[in-house]
Order: sequence, then structure tokens, then C-alpha cells
Amino acid sequence: MTTTAAGREVTYLEAISEALDEEMSRDERVFLMGEDIGPYGGAFRITEGFQKKYGEWRVLDTPLAESGFVGAAIGAAMMGMRPVVEMQFADFISCAFDQITEVAATAHYRWGAAVPMVIRAPFGGGVHGGPFHSECPEGWFFHSPGLKLVAPSTPYDAKGLLKAAIRDPNPVIYFEHKFLYRRIKAVLPTEDYIIPIGKAEVKRAGTDISVITYGAMVHLALEAAEVLTKEGINLEVVDLRTLMPLDKETVFESVRKTSKAIMLHEDNKTGGIGAEIAALLAEECFDCLDGPILRIAAPDTPVPFSTPLEEFFLPKASDVLAAARKLASY
Amino acid sequence: MDTAVVAKDIKRTDLLQMYYYLRLTRTLEDRITALYRQGRIVGGVYTSNGMEAISVGYASALERDDIIAPFHRDMGAFLIRGITPGEVIAQYLGKRTGPTKGKDGNVHIGDLKRGVIGFVSHLADNLPVATGAALAFKLRGEARVVVTNTGDGGTSRGDFHEAMNFAAVRKLPVVFFCNNNQYAYSTPLRLQMAIHDVVDRAKAYGMPGEIVDGNDVAAVYLVARQAIQKARAGEGPTFIECKTMRMHGHSEHDSAKYVPRELLEEWKKKDPILKAEQMLTHLDYADEAAFREVGERVQKEVEAGVEFAEQSPLPEGPEVLEGVFADEHEVKP
Repeated sequence: MTTTAAGREVTYLEAISEALDEEMSRDERVFLMGEDIGPYGGAFRITEGFQKKYGEWRVLDTPLAESGFVGAAIGAAMMGMRPVVEMQFADFISCAFDQITEVAATAHYRWGAAVPMVIRAPFGGGVHGGPFHSECPEGWFFHSPGLKLVAPSTPYDAKGLLKAAIRDPNPVIYFEHKFLYRRIKAVLPTEDYIIPIGKAEVKRAGTDISVITYGAMVHLALEAAEVLTKEGINLEVVDLRTLMPLDKETVFESVRKTSKAIMLHEDNKTGGIGAEIAALLAEECFDCLDGPILRIAAPDTPVPFSTPLEEFFLPKASDVLAAARKLASY
Repeated sequence: MDTAVVAKDIKRTDLLQMYYYLRLTRTLEDRITALYRQGRIVGGVYTSNGMEAISVGYASALERDDIIAPFHRDMGAFLIRGITPGEVIAQYLGKRTGPTKGKDGNVHIGDLKRGVIGFVSHLADNLPVATGAALAFKLRGEARVVVTNTGDGGTSRGDFHEAMNFAAVRKLPVVFFCNNNQYAYSTPLRLQMAIHDVVDRAKAYGMPGEIVDGNDVAAVYLVARQAIQKARAGEGPTFIECKTMRMHGHSEHDSAKYVPRELLEEWKKKDPILKAEQMLTHLDYADEAAFREVGERVQKEVEAGVEFAEQSPLPEGPEVLEGVFADEHEVKP
């Protein structure tokens, strides 16, 4: 387990770990459930040492039964606890789909029961995980009213959004990108902070084209932006951070300024979040658009395993460059 | 049920109270069915006709701070937890005074203040939720118990197995009831599972199981009371199979032609209200006049409920947009 020290760099993974640790210390209602999170510390070691510190019941190893333990988290949340469930991989969330979309998402709407539960879902490709350890399942839940969805792209956001999710009175699915776990680092504040759910952030201000994205793709967009500067194309990178509820205002404000928009996500293209934002822009910002709304996303296939296949599958910086150059010509 | 055991183990006032709830449940559901036949209720009507002793029995064995996570044949438990006939009818009529304010219908009733976890139509979904409520009590060291219920068909779902297993592994204070009414919609038990007694499923989880006559309210009450006591004492969960018969269709639109008439005739003789009256008479706790008096009392209560529900306002269209998300102050402290 990491201990926060002023000025110490932490990885994205350590930021998640710190958020859990601090929230468990702050609020005894917070407890963790999941597969292999106890003595083993979780498949990615995010809860390493937690059971020693908080005991067997607050860091609860569950049977291999996602629907069962998500359902249990819902029941505990209804009784006033603050469960944080770890999906070993986001892919396995499909086993709990019914509990999440039918029970958790509808309880407050139908009969007024708040379900303050967080499901951590390690998602995304680029880690040679193959079809069942690489999925981006956020689109399934984006279409289920009653759920909040967040997907941080930096250690700072990862920590602040997880704390906000734990303190939120609603079911929140926290999509943490596996590719970022140990690849990015940042120095975090020592004092307590949260990133409010529902607030996007402009990660790079620009004037010519808005790239609207989230998760690991934020870094792809920033990389492309550096290249394009040399060509005189100035990208603005909008990191959604929260997928539901969407921060429409920040998106609209950016596109009203640049008049051009690219949706970028790692999820499949058809019916993805980019499609929804494109539709919103067409409805709300039509008058200010100077070119077509473009989408960069994974093709409509399962996530392949073999390296050249996965490389082809995942959006690349060159895709952003090509789309930006095309839009710049309008 | 041996009346000597009943006389020894159950207080007279408790038995009479259970009888009252059996009658209230039957009368309320009959009235709702009548409203449905008159076209005044849109949507499905699901009754516990012939099975009232199960939810009346188990809910009578609970303490005030305990929780139920029921399914759609548990009207008696709703009433015992304090949901009024008027609220139930308002819910069926889609009125704003129903427990879901018109957002949901029929028996999808939930209210945490009265210890009722609302359920969804997906059978057995409430079982994992029940284990979680029990886990919360265990984490906080509270001597509270959760009782949950599902049908014979519901025990085929993965959620049933996942919940049973988790509860047994962690010795959670939860009691699983199964209302084995022989049919899941039109599917008979023999096409639902290759075992004769649902209780056999409990063995696989290392959980004690009991079979009880689901039409005998005293028997259900006693087996529930014992399992609840065990759960409260930290001795873990119990599975209780209640043998009964669904006397109506799955829902009131369903004539249930697929159920052999002679089977229904046989079970009619074992009607839970009839059985309770025989027992109360045998124990000399009540007589015909007392039964009639209870009948008149529940009739009045149900009619008052109809009046309350019919006079209640319908929700306004735009209310559809309210309540998708909870505010912080709504979370149980």
C-alpha cells in the first residue's frame, strides 16, 4: 500500500489505491468486495495490504459470482453501507449486468431507495488481454438510466473521481484504464480533494478542432496535438472524465469555439458514446459547425488478441492526425 | 400441525393475529382481482391466493428492525410490515399515493422505513440483495435478520445459487424461503428441476434445509421463528421449502388451464384459511362468530382502502423525469 508523501510521484494505479485507503479511513461505512482482493491484493494489487489494515470483513474476498456479489453490494448499500466492488476485469461485469441495470439503476426511481455503491471496472486494451480481458463495456451502461459512469485519464483525476464516486449516493461505475495503471505518474496534493462527478475538463486548450475523448485515448489526443502544432493545427482536447451524466456544456462550449469536432474512443464505433455526442452536437451546435463531426473508434469486432490485430483494432495517434488534417481542410 | 405443539409454542393472540392477516390478504387480493375484472386496474395482477400462510407465517416471526426481501406472492408480509391496503390498491391503480408513486405497479412495493426491500420482475434477483443487507448487519454487529422468498422457478436462476452460496460461506443472518407452488407460470416442477424437493438444493451449499406445509400458518411461523433465531444468533442461513399450490393463474389474465382440475380440488381442501379455522376451533381460541367478525373487519378495511386509492390523485406526466438519481440526504445514515 502506498503512503502519501508530499511531492512523491504516484502512478495511476497508486492513486486509485490511495483513494480507497483514504476513504476507508475516513468513513467506516466504506468496505471492499471482490475476487482475490484480500491476502492476494487483487489481480492488479490495488488492495495489497488492505486486509491487514482493515480486516477480513472490510476487504471481503467473494466467491466467483459477479451477479451475486454485486447484488450483495446493492443490499448493503440500501442498508447504509458504502460498498466498493472490484470487478477483476471490466469484461466480467456482463455477469452482473442484470443486478446493475435492473436492480441498482432502478431502485431509487421506482421506490426511493438510494444505492451508494461503486463498481471499479478495469477496462480497455493495449495489454495483450484478448477478447475477455480488454473490453470497453461503458456503452452498455451509458444506455441505462440511473447509473453514473466515470473514466479518469490521469492519476489526479483517478484519485479525485474515485473519492467522489464513493461519496456519491448513487451507483457509480468507475472505469479505470488498465493501460494507464503503471504508465503515467503525477505528484498529487497531500490534502483531501475530489473531482466532482459530471465535470469534463479541457486537458489542452486549442482553437481549431475539439477532440472529445476519455480514458487512455486522452493521451493519444494529446500526443497527436503536439505533432499537429507543427503543422499549424491547434487541437483542443476535452476529457469527459464523467460519461454519465455528460457535461454537455463543456463539450458545446469547446465546439462553439473551434467549430469542428472529433469523437475519439476505444469502445466500438456503432452506438458508442461518440455517436451520442455527435448527435447532441448536431442538435445543439449545428449552426456553429464548419465541417462534419468525425468519429475515431474501434471497429465493430470483439477485441482481438494477436499483436498486429490488436494494434490495428485500437485507435492510434495517426488516426487522429488523419482526421484532424481532413477537418482542417474545411 | 399438532395442535398440542401449537398450543404450547404459539401465543393465542399471535395466532389470532395471523388469522386476521390471512383474511386481510385474501380479501384484499380478491378485491384487487375484482377491480381488474371490472377494467379498473390496468396491468397485471399477481395474487398469493392459497399461499397466504407462507408470507403471513414468516413475517409474523420477524422483529421490528428486521428486513424482508420478498417476491410477488408475499402480500401478507407487506401488510404485516405496515403497508396498508389503501397503499396497495393505490399502487395497482398507478396513483401517487402508492409506494412507488406510479413509477412501478402491482406488487413491486418497497419501503425501507418499514423494512421492505422492493423487488424487480426478474425472479431471484432479490436474493443476492438480501444477502447484502444481511452482510451490512454482520459488518455493523447488529442483531438483525433478513428474510427473502422466491418461487420454485426462481431457484433455477443463477442468482439463487450465488446468493445461497455466499450466505452459507459467510454465515450471514438471512433466511431463504421457497414458495413451491408447483408451477412457474405454466411450467410444472418436473420440467423445472430433476429433483422432487427443492430443499435438496440447500445441501449443495452446506446449508440446513427444512420442508414445511406451506398452507399451515402455524407450521410456517414455527419453522421461520426457529430459523430467524438461529440467524440472529450468528449461526447462519437456513433454506425453507414451503409446499403449496398456486390456486390462480400466474397472473389474473391467465386461466391456468394447464393445471389439472383434480389437483386444484385436492388443494382446495387444504386451504390455509380453512386450516387455520380448523386449528383455532380445535384449540377453542375462536368460533364461527369470531371468524365472521374478522371477515367483516377486513372487508371494511379493504373498502376503506379502495376509497382512499380511488380518491388519490394520479401522478402528472412530467413526474416521469423525477427521481432517476438520489440526493445525498436520502442515504440512510
